[in-house]
Amino acid sequence: MTTERARVSLSVAPVYTGSELLAVMSARLLKDGQTVFAGVGIPLLAAILAQKTHAPGLTILFEGGVIGPFVEAGKLPPSTNEQRCSRRANMLVSITEVLLLLQRGYVDVGFMGGAQIDRFGNLNSSFIGDAENPKIRLPGTGGGNDIASLADMIVAMKHEKRRFVEKVDFITSPGFLDGGDTRAQAGLPAGGMFRVVTDLGILGFEAESRAMTVLALHPGVSADDIKANTGFDLPVPDDVEVTQAPTMDELAILRELDPERLYTA
Amino acid sequence: MTIPSYLDLRSKTRARDRSLRDKVMSLEEAAALVADGDSLAIGGCTASRTPMAMIWALIRAGRRDLEVSRSIVSTEGDLLYASGVSRHIITSWFSQGIVWGVSKVMRAYTETKRARFEEWSHMAMGLRYRAGAMGVPFMPMRSMLGSGVLDRAEGAKTMECPFTGETLLLVPALNPEVAIIHVQRCDAYGNARIDGLTFMDIDMAMAANKVILTTERIVSNEQIRRHPDQTKIGFFTVDAVVEVPFGSAPHECYGLYEPFYSHMDLYAQMTSKDPDAGAQAYLDRFYHGPKNWADYLSRIGMAELLDAQRRGSGIYDD
Repeated sequence: MTTERARVSLSVAPVYTGSELLAVMSARLLKDGQTVFAGVGIPLLAAILAQKTHAPGLTILFEGGVIGPFVEAGKLPPSTNEQRCSRRANMLVSITEVLLLLQRGYVDVGFMGGAQIDRFGNLNSSFIGDAENPKIRLPGTGGGNDIASLADMIVAMKHEKRRFVEKVDFITSPGFLDGGDTRAQAGLPAGGMFRVVTDLGILGFEAESRAMTVLALHPGVSADDIKANTGFDLPVPDDVEVTQAPTMDELAILRELDPERLYTA
Repeated sequence: MTIPSYLDLRSKTRARDRSLRDKVMSLEEAAALVADGDSLAIGGCTASRTPMAMIWALIRAGRRDLEVSRSIVSTEGDLLYASGVSRHIITSWFSQGIVWGVSKVMRAYTETKRARFEEWSHMAMGLRYRAGAMGVPFMPMRSMLGSGVLDRAEGAKTMECPFTGETLLLVPALNPEVAIIHVQRCDAYGNARIDGLTFMDIDMAMAANKVILTTERIVSNEQIRRHPDQTKIGFFTVDAVVEVPFGSAPHECYGLYEPFYSHMDLYAQMTSKDPDAGAQAYLDRFYHGPKNWADYLSRIGMAELLDAQRRGSGIYDD
């Protein structure tokens, strides 16, 4: 993996795992004052990291019904529905009410992980293979479909060819569907894919076609690396930016949050 | 799927004894209120406030073919499949929990078509219970559109909004025959207080034709009446009250105990290699084997119980 290469070639820089890289790069995309609807795992870690660095006024929402919590270091929740999520929250509401905040337009960014994504940012977390006769039945949408339908999305996931496919086996959470204005036509006028953060780079979507494109590569990653790990033709502009490697400070905060490496192993 | 007629729904409610009366009974007596083939809604979410003792009693009573619905399903869904209590679960997400990965038991049952996992979005589940609670046949919403989830969701329909011309999704009401909900405390009449996250439980209680409450402890009606603003589920919706300490074990009950993590690890381990045999072994050891609920807790172990309680009640320590 390219992350390995980054570790070797930049021996003076801090050593980090692929998951830590994802968490740091995603955290940097969040802005102070935003309201973020976060899934558990990397999104949760990234949101807390942002809160503890450049975005102290970030409001986190969890689908369990939690508004504005401050999750404690070393006590990460196993899902967004246990009491650990509600630590020092401003308000607890029902699941339905917190999801309706998405529909009402209170949420700036939806933030979740992904198992499989396609060129137009559609996400699959339901079936590998045909839905009628799946090779693997995955856990399903949870709040993913609602978040992706109603908010601007950041997705954090591992960059592998089998995960970045031309067309997902099943659209669990909508991106731009078939590109262009097909999302709005389906009845989803708001929200849509904003960024996909991977261990190789940061991806965005072209304004017209809504196809995925590379915005930045992580240190030590080449255009060929990212193309080779993508299952469809992914344009990389010649003047593509290079991200700044995670700092010791960012990594220290992450490791304090997740000392047992539940989500950052 | 068919939506029950509004007048049938009302007449079922009329036929219930909705009076302020003592409804305290045993787990076994409460299990007898659920019939084979009933639709059953389960309160809580993932590993939180799962009415595990009631599920345990239904499995021990050998109930069959319940159509189960829940916001998000964790290990209890595996066990409902493996025991034959349910072959059809309606939910938005189904696995033990992110940290344990995809449920092997859920996979084994659904991929071989021995059981069905009917997937709706989380908000759709919530609004389906809400429609049921409101006595209307559907609720409009703005997600699931354009997705594969919509293609497979039985009974969901799109419509053109008569006011704005927009495309909206209509999700059908869920009025479960029975809802089982675990709470921290209630009185003998079923006035329940819920600490922390309420999930979809309040709508679920209003939507159901029958509600069985399990509770960590029963408090006096006097105590309830001193703070009626704290009553989240009203006595008039409740048909049975069962006092069961640690009634969500090995899942959590807000403010009292967190998930029993080592036991959850043990479960994942037991079901990872051979999910079928593993789930049966787990059922034998923890469901069919114990003499009673106290024996079940003993088999999970005092050390685990105390650890979960220390972590759970810790939220009130500072």
